[in-house]
Amino acid sequence: MLSLGSGGGKSAKPSFVSYVTPEEINSEKDTPKEEKHPDLLPGEVVFCSASTVLKLTQDELSQRGTFGTLLCTNFRVSFISDEETGEETAPLFKNKLYGENDIPLSCVDNIYGGYEDKRKLVTGSQVKNKYPSKIIIHCKDLRVFQFALTFCKEEDAKRIFQGIVHHCLEPKSLKNIFAFSFCENTAFPGMLGNVCFTKLVHNMQQRTMMFDSAEDWAQDLKRTKGSCRLVTENANFGLSPNLPQYFIVPESVSEADMTLFQGKGLPIWCWSHHSGCALFKTSNLPLQQEDNVPQSYMEKMLTAVAHNYLYSVKTEDLSDTLPTVQDIQLSYSKFKQFFFIDSTTDFWVSDMKWFSSLDNCGWLDIIRSCLQKAMEVVECLEKENNNVLIMEDGGSDLCCVISSLAQLMLDSYYRTLQGFQSLVQKEWVAGGHNFLDRCNQLHLKDKENVSPVFLLFLECVWQLLQQYGPAFQFSETYLTVLSDSIHVPVFSTFLFNSQHHRASILRADSSHSQRGTLNCPTVWDWSVQFDCKAQQLFINPLYAEKPKLDKSMRRPHRPKHQRQLSLPSATFKTPPKKGFFKDETDSLKKILRVKRISRWMLSPDSPQPSSTSREFYEAWQRKPLDYHGLLLPCLDGPAVRIWMQRYLRWIQEVQIFGGGLVTVLSKVSDLLDEVQELQRQLDRHSSSLTSNHQRPRPRPISAETDSRLSVLLSSSFPFTTLKNNWSYKPAIPTGLLQSLMNSGNLADTEDDDQESLVRA
Amino acid sequence: YNTMKNSIFGDCIQTVFLCLFPDKDIIYICPFSGALKGKVFITNYRLYFKSSDADSAVMLNVPLGVICRVEKMGGASSRGENSYGLDITCKDMRNLRFALKQEGHSRRDIFEILFRYAFPVSHGLSLFAYLSQEKYEENGWNIYKPMEEFRRQGLPNDKWRISFINKSYELCDTYPTVLAVPYKATEEDLRKVATFRSRGRIPVLSWIHRENQAVIARCSQPLVGMSGKRNKDDERYLDLVREANGTSKLIIYDARPNVNAVANKATGGGYEGDEYQNAELIFLDIHNIHVMRESLKKLKDIVYPNVEESHWLSSLESTHWLEHIKLVLSGAIQVADKVSSGNSVVVHCSDGWDRTAQLTSLAMLMLDSHYRTLRGFQVLLEKEWISFGHKFASRIGHGDKNHADQDRSPIFVQFIDCVWQMTKQFPTAFEFNERLLLTILDHLYSCRFGTFLYNCESARDQHEVRLKTVSLWSLVNSSNDIYLNPFYTPESGRVLYPVASMRHLELWVSYYIRWNPRIRQQQQSPVEQRYKELLALRDEYLKKLEELELSDSPSSHLAHSSTSNTSLPAPSTPSQQYTHLQTPF
Repeated sequence: MLSLGSGGGKSAKPSFVSYVTPEEINSEKDTPKEEKHPDLLPGEVVFCSASTVLKLTQDELSQRGTFGTLLCTNFRVSFISDEETGEETAPLFKNKLYGENDIPLSCVDNIYGGYEDKRKLVTGSQVKNKYPSKIIIHCKDLRVFQFALTFCKEEDAKRIFQGIVHHCLEPKSLKNIFAFSFCENTAFPGMLGNVCFTKLVHNMQQRTMMFDSAEDWAQDLKRTKGSCRLVTENANFGLSPNLPQYFIVPESVSEADMTLFQGKGLPIWCWSHHSGCALFKTSNLPLQQEDNVPQSYMEKMLTAVAHNYLYSVKTEDLSDTLPTVQDIQLSYSKFKQFFFIDSTTDFWVSDMKWFSSLDNCGWLDIIRSCLQKAMEVVECLEKENNNVLIMEDGGSDLCCVISSLAQLMLDSYYRTLQGFQSLVQKEWVAGGHNFLDRCNQLHLKDKENVSPVFLLFLECVWQLLQQYGPAFQFSETYLTVLSDSIHVPVFSTFLFNSQHHRASILRADSSHSQRGTLNCPTVWDWSVQFDCKAQQLFINPLYAEKPKLDKSMRRPHRPKHQRQLSLPSATFKTPPKKGFFKDETDSLKKILRVKRISRWMLSPDSPQPSSTSREFYEAWQRKPLDYHGLLLPCLDGPAVRIWMQRYLRWIQEVQIFGGGLVTVLSKVSDLLDEVQELQRQLDRHSSSLTSNHQRPRPRPISAETDSRLSVLLSSSFPFTTLKNNWSYKPAIPTGLLQSLMNSGNLADTEDDDQESLVRA
Repeated sequence: YNTMKNSIFGDCIQTVFLCLFPDKDIIYICPFSGALKGKVFITNYRLYFKSSDADSAVMLNVPLGVICRVEKMGGASSRGENSYGLDITCKDMRNLRFALKQEGHSRRDIFEILFRYAFPVSHGLSLFAYLSQEKYEENGWNIYKPMEEFRRQGLPNDKWRISFINKSYELCDTYPTVLAVPYKATEEDLRKVATFRSRGRIPVLSWIHRENQAVIARCSQPLVGMSGKRNKDDERYLDLVREANGTSKLIIYDARPNVNAVANKATGGGYEGDEYQNAELIFLDIHNIHVMRESLKKLKDIVYPNVEESHWLSSLESTHWLEHIKLVLSGAIQVADKVSSGNSVVVHCSDGWDRTAQLTSLAMLMLDSHYRTLRGFQVLLEKEWISFGHKFASRIGHGDKNHADQDRSPIFVQFIDCVWQMTKQFPTAFEFNERLLLTILDHLYSCRFGTFLYNCESARDQHEVRLKTVSLWSLVNSSNDIYLNPFYTPESGRVLYPVASMRHLELWVSYYIRWNPRIRQQQQSPVEQRYKELLALRDEYLKKLEELELSDSPSSHLAHSSTSNTSLPAPSTPSQQYTHLQTPF
């Protein structure tokens, strides 16, 4: 049997099963013998199943596949092959929660019913007419499954089809999300930290800051030398449910200011630049009020942001200049379709117009515009030393994207693994991004609020990562896994719309439960999904910590990032830009006039910045690249790319066998291991010199290196592995000529040396 | 100017430089930094410009061989700033504009000198390769010895023999002198076949698979013509090729699109019909040299001087450049696939010197790991391209002023691009790095070396290229460490199939857009840099450990000396002390 899920399978590694109480193990065993079950997770219940289902291989036409049992549980749709596959095929990178033939319910993107020669999108559990002979499932992680139901009993077929459709497509209440029954039946020893990483990372003063305590905020404020006010009065949401439990505002903001518009219009601190200016975000005030209250309130807030006239402020309404969440959703839903490949023919047909299809869906342009905007914010902070206040209607979508991108570019701490996780906690989780609605975890039919905003952010991060690999401690695989985890309904991280929402749900829930407050894992508890060995793939072997300078050489009282970030402003001689960020406080008297602000508040049709921060980028680019300093993305056409690993990993035709960047990275990894082993030996040496202990003889080094290279890698590593290494047939494109429109006369003027041929 | 000579040009060329255009103030209109004042020097090898503004130091160092076209821009009465001067179109994806003072025919000299020395052939002068007196440790002309290469492949054997029928180019004036042909084919057979193949380019062996004895044979189109002529000798000859390894069916890959092959009948050419028993003809749909030339022209339009900003991908698609790359690669994949499964193949196009060379050499690169080494790749180029008469002189137009010549086409550039795509997909499979490919393309135009001069071996013999010029491989092999890929992992026996899908093909930015300063030119990829740093660190640690061992117990043996890898040039020694590697994991 395939090993699925956590498995009390053959591997003796510690896994989830150890958390399961004995009664649950018994109840699992009680299930009838003839029905095949995956190794169920704690709290997982099988709803329905059907045997002799044929799982088809990718090629639609071949109609080949494997027979097995298809089940639907409260966690997943699962297929268990009848074939004893014996050995594990992919022991290196196995998800403990679900296997290669499992689809977590929230990971289902679309279900199609296959009828003889056509397919129909299934939109709800009311199926008119006939039941389809085939279920085709498109997953949010881009996998495609095709199950033929023609060989199983008719009633089984009906039941499994209806079951899958119901549990995947019909709206459900939050409490019915698997996380709740999972967590109720599992004891997590709290935040495990990253046991795996603590061993690996050299000086682990870091942990993931959850920003659910005043300490975390205070620490981050202190780290960036910000001078703002930490607000703790909302710990029980006494001020406003719209505000985070803890947050930071400009010094002069009063408590009354915070509640006046239920937190709207309140500038929330994101990050402080070493020059003293800072980045703030806010949600827009309700428009068109009769009185001048909102305007004067905004005026006051701007003054507060400006440190009482010490600095100038630039504001930017992201709703005006960036695509809306609906635009993002629309574009992504076109974009992702390119990766659902149903057959080889499909693949090669779509290969013809690949570039223009990508172009037309606009997804890369959206990525580009976000990076561009973040770069503009960075320019304001870094070059002009202006405070920046970004705003949008809700204040928790594009504000999160732009503020976290700007911080990634400016502050190398956020490019470490723990730093990145802390950033997501700060800007997205504590920042109140509506994960529940945006990811549509409840399968609501009304999709107005659905939008892959967080994924868009990860896409932008990936662009930075592929341009400046050595600057990031985490790897591409980490980002891909993180993007997958959004749709694994186990982690509290992606289940709520805000901290208040989370608190109220969990509080209500704990009153029913005997075990006290539910303790759902966060996505950062990576050991819930992966063992330590797999987690090693989250670390980017190209990353090197910033060389530490001698303590004595350090200037006292300068925060660490300060040195790294400062660019001598004299190097930027570019003239002030016109048009873009509205210079609200260049001359403060003028700026704070009510009229001016009201215009800014009420007329969104400000001149669009067509000019880019070109000069800023070019000036930066002329300097030697410091991976621990400021990073600016290159946004030229060829520089913004497709996140190949995420999008192409399941497509057979594009797998490069024995190739891909991984072949190089794994060599770096192996060498890194070797160097670290040598370093340990040296350390042992030096410690044994001081003490009189018997010095262990250094072990031979080459044996130490990982066996990773011995397996044939492919460009889809680590998501698919190769089963039959050498018996591989190349993919040969079909129907090539169709797209090459006859390039007029040239193509016809065969051939190369016409004149001479005629002569001959 | 002697001092100037040494300081500027001391790097590579040791020959007498004619300082033809000293110290005249001139403005280089840089598409990226704007108008720059500076100085221009023109030698018989290159055009050199250095801006006098210290702030934005821009330097140009352009071999005259790169120049495709020189035009006068504006007239004495032109208005506007910098409207009077020269416009230089280069073969390597860039244009150069210079502005001069409008008075006194200031551009006359520079124009005439450039025109004369950029196009020496058109002026009855020698190509620079004949003037260069460079000396290198190694003589690159020795890299390819046809007999040695055949012997490496296990030839001759009982099925294939070596024929010297073409030793004075009588059988075919565009073929090499040494040919591998079926054992059973007599010299008389070869002569008869030659009458039925365009330009006498008969099917000969390019490569043989060591285990299954399947071969790649190359040739030109059969001279079928409108009337559909048959030639029994040709038919029998191809059957001998098939027979040699007992293949039941010989696969003939015609690189052209079907319609083009048909159209060729009108000019006496054509393709193998049903009369060829035990043979199957497959068209690979690769377009001709004219289409490729226009495609690259379109590509240049969208990347130079500025990269198309809006709808980049659609613009890229509309050039079809990558689509042509895809077709060539997928053709080669099919050839390699057939051969590795034991079928002998014959590859031809029209004349068998453009698309055929692309297909056979790429297939050989996939099949034979020897060609993926630094020296093996040189052999591959010498063999499949140079010796088999890819018409470098016509395709590139070395020293020829006729920039609009319809014979020009970037077929070889396209091939190198395909190789680059392969190195990109298999970053550990090639011993050489991107720098080699760039160097090859630079000297494809530069005329500094004899390697790519002339159309075929007979012409090269006639002009005594090997005696009078230096080979590019002399340069490469005398400093080969800069062309080595540190990640190279030799693996023999494995066929390397790249993925010929648009999903993986990408524009070779560091070649086509290399003049654009916005595209960050990394001397070394960060991955490579990191790897070399770690290698240096490893060596340092090993040395430290050894020293510690020695100092502790003088009798202990050197445990680690064997593991130490010192084949790579040590990058600058890490400044930090050995006690703490600044590398987390």
